[in-house]
Amino acid sequence: MNAILLIARRELGSYFRTWLGYIIIAAVLLLQGILFNAFALGSGMDRRSSDVVMQFFYTMSGCTMVAAIFISMRLLAAEREGGTVNLLYSSPVRDGEIVVGKFLSALAFLAILLFATSFMPAMVLLAGKISWGHVFAGYLGLLLLGSAVLAVGTLGSALTRSQILSVIISALMVVALLTCWWVGRVSDRPLSSVFENLALWQIHFQPFMSGIVHTRDVIFYLAITYVGLFGATRVLEARRWR
Amino acid sequence: MIEVEGLTKYYGEHAAIRDLSFTIQKGEVIGFLGLNGAGKSTTLRVLGCVLLPTGGKVRIHGIDLLTEPHEVRKRIGFLPDVPPLYNEMSVGGYLRFVAQLRGVPADKVDARVQDVEEKTALRDMHDELVSTLSHGYRQRVGLAQAMVHNPQLLILDEPTSGLDPVQIAEMRKLIRSLRGQHTILLSSHILPEISQTCDRLLVIHEGEIVGQGSEHDLAKGSASAIDIEVAGTPEKAKAALGGVNGVQGVEVLKSTAEGTAHLRVTASAELRPEVVRALVNANVDVLRVDKAASQLESIFMQLTQTRHA
Repeated sequence: MNAILLIARRELGSYFRTWLGYIIIAAVLLLQGILFNAFALGSGMDRRSSDVVMQFFYTMSGCTMVAAIFISMRLLAAEREGGTVNLLYSSPVRDGEIVVGKFLSALAFLAILLFATSFMPAMVLLAGKISWGHVFAGYLGLLLLGSAVLAVGTLGSALTRSQILSVIISALMVVALLTCWWVGRVSDRPLSSVFENLALWQIHFQPFMSGIVHTRDVIFYLAITYVGLFGATRVLEARRWR
Repeated sequence: MIEVEGLTKYYGEHAAIRDLSFTIQKGEVIGFLGLNGAGKSTTLRVLGCVLLPTGGKVRIHGIDLLTEPHEVRKRIGFLPDVPPLYNEMSVGGYLRFVAQLRGVPADKVDARVQDVEEKTALRDMHDELVSTLSHGYRQRVGLAQAMVHNPQLLILDEPTSGLDPVQIAEMRKLIRSLRGQHTILLSSHILPEISQTCDRLLVIHEGEIVGQGSEHDLAKGSASAIDIEVAGTPEKAKAALGGVNGVQGVEVLKSTAEGTAHLRVTASAELRPEVVRALVNANVDVLRVDKAASQLESIFMQLTQTRHA
């Protein structure tokens, strides 16, 4: 069996064999449920269905980013903490395969998590007037945004053996990517547009919220994912030297 | 079949191992003996393909570890100092995972898992969660994972550390039962244990090999000692022993208020009859005669002390 799939399958199983997986899903459903009721549905009765769904994806993008940091925190940190990384290191598996396998398990878990929230837009789909495409685009955006944050989290997790430190490092990197937008706003051209386009959320996620899929946004998130995983692989390789 | 040439590993400025060279023949059981921090773990981690060396050459079955690490990894099983176990998995599930990871063909995985579970007496634990196992069982699962893909070379880093005496005896028996099926390289800082299990010893100290061979080989040329307990003052006994041919020195270990003395005589253990005869002739009552400590222990102390001097 392919080493990547083998590692991914084991890791995905461990989300559900420990409490972590259930806690993350429960926390996101609770938080998103409250936010959906408070902001998306709101008190006014005259909202348009598409606004409700847009609000749902807006709050959900925040939940996804926070959840992704916690989903990825243990990927590599726990392996080092428990010494099991030595098992992977001494097996005929490339370091890149370890990283990708770990990442895929986290991505699969995120997909399950996102699927669990789908009853909220489904209710709007049934009771209101929105297109399937809008919901699909929103979820594609969430998955891409989540994938980028998971890759950054994988890198954070590779840098330390403590899961708490891993969360802190990953959160700092994600916040830095988010605030690029603000840096772009206060800097001059041509730097301003560089920073604005580097921002994790503002320019690249908002179209998905309204049901628009731009190729450049998809590529942006895939590129961030690639860079994160590439960095994590390099960190893992470097660890063999000390 | 395992050739190590000039192996060196630096951690920053500090050399954990320096210019290590040795060869191991197929089927040998080799013991790495050294104090904590001597470089045993580092050497085994390099051979286990976990760490990359700073310099030197390692070839396992003629395959270079640096240029073809993948091929080497298929042929080795490594048990690090802490067994690499996933606590949330069952013993059977874990071993299956390791077998697949190490490339055991899908149709042979179950048979291999069953085989190592029988060898390590883990059959009853197949469905238990790893997190519920005692230390002794964890160590056994660690050994089982190292041999689940039937590697030619088994590398075991302190396989008996933290075990109680009964478990140590079981582990020793288990390792000896594997002789002939695998080439085994194990480390320890406990002398009697390693001399009973291994065909050949490599004594490592401060990152260098200071002696190698069987316990017998290592004992050659190293003076051993005799412990004696006598009645009376040590001075009289010392004087009597001074005249015995082959006695290189006498050290007073303890003299008690009850009028007895413990002496350590530096001489070959074969000289015991002469030593006793000399004492009796000098009218000294001998209460006890023993070979000093373990042979290996004195060899080890001597090998490491000469380096300090």
